[in-house]
Amino acid sequence: MTRLRGFLVGVWEFVVGDDWPTALGVVLALALTALLADLAVSAWWVMPPAVFALLALSLRRAARGAPRAEGDAGT
Amino acid sequence: MSGAELGLALSVFLACTVEAVEALTIVLAVGTTRSWSSALSGVGAATLALAAIVAALGPALTALPIDVLRILVGGLLLIFGLQWLRKAILRAAGLKSKHDELQAFREETEAARAAGATGPGFDGYAFAISFKGVLLEGLEVAFIVLTFGANQHRVPLAAAAAAVAVLLVLAAGFAARAPLARVPENAMKFAVGVMLSSFGMFWGAQGAGASWPGDDAALLAIVPGVLLAAIALVWVLRRAAHPIAA
Repeated sequence: MTRLRGFLVGVWEFVVGDDWPTALGVVLALALTALLADLAVSAWWVMPPAVFALLALSLRRAARGAPRAEGDAGT
Repeated sequence: MSGAELGLALSVFLACTVEAVEALTIVLAVGTTRSWSSALSGVGAATLALAAIVAALGPALTALPIDVLRILVGGLLLIFGLQWLRKAILRAAGLKSKHDELQAFREETEAARAAGATGPGFDGYAFAISFKGVLLEGLEVAFIVLTFGANQHRVPLAAAAAAVAVLLVLAAGFAARAPLARVPENAMKFAVGVMLSSFGMFWGAQGAGASWPGDDAALLAIVPGVLLAAIALVWVLRRAAHPIAA
């Protein structure tokens, strides 16, 4: 159980990292796209503004919390 | 080669080059200060582990129904790509330190020396650090190879692009015998973030049931669109950081 939990935590940190609101936003945007497509409404336009908004909000959170030229060499 | 396949090969090549440069720095540091044979053994073991991960998960992913695969891969690529893009934008705007291979090499070298004297034969420290460095840097590439490759049923093409990148970095590292500090890592990470986010958005929406105008040709608008949006965000962040100079 501990190993499984450790594995799942590792996968979460690898894919989602420290920005879960963006991941949640991506899931919600895809869900809205699926809902509209299911209703036979054109749905391709949902993702571009959603992705831009998610990126801008993510950057705003990071810029607020980060002093200039913060460390971390990852990714 | 179609546009999507070119995008696949280019994204994997760039991502793999960046990660291979970082892994090379680690291996060079422990190899030169401790034991080349043990460091290279670590590289070999990590490479085998990565190849096993791709070989095991590739067929499993390609067996999924196409819409499930697209929404799963698209969503994951988008989440992953936005992380790359966010960090690259923060670095380009001066809000996050850029990766410095020479500094990383100095730190790894000091840590390797501080770990104690090496005896004759196998050096566990050099093996472990090389193994961990290559595995961790390589996992991101394996993820991109698997998701991009599986979605287009071209895992071998993605793996070949990764292999070419590794060979080029190895050749350059062998020729320079030093960390590859001149590789424009942030620009490459920026490009990878744009590509992952663009393809993630494209496939995710397709998997959710949406039809893009022009089908695959929509990528010709999506990729430049994401690039321009990212550049605009760099500009906005720079202006916010330097309000008087702007």
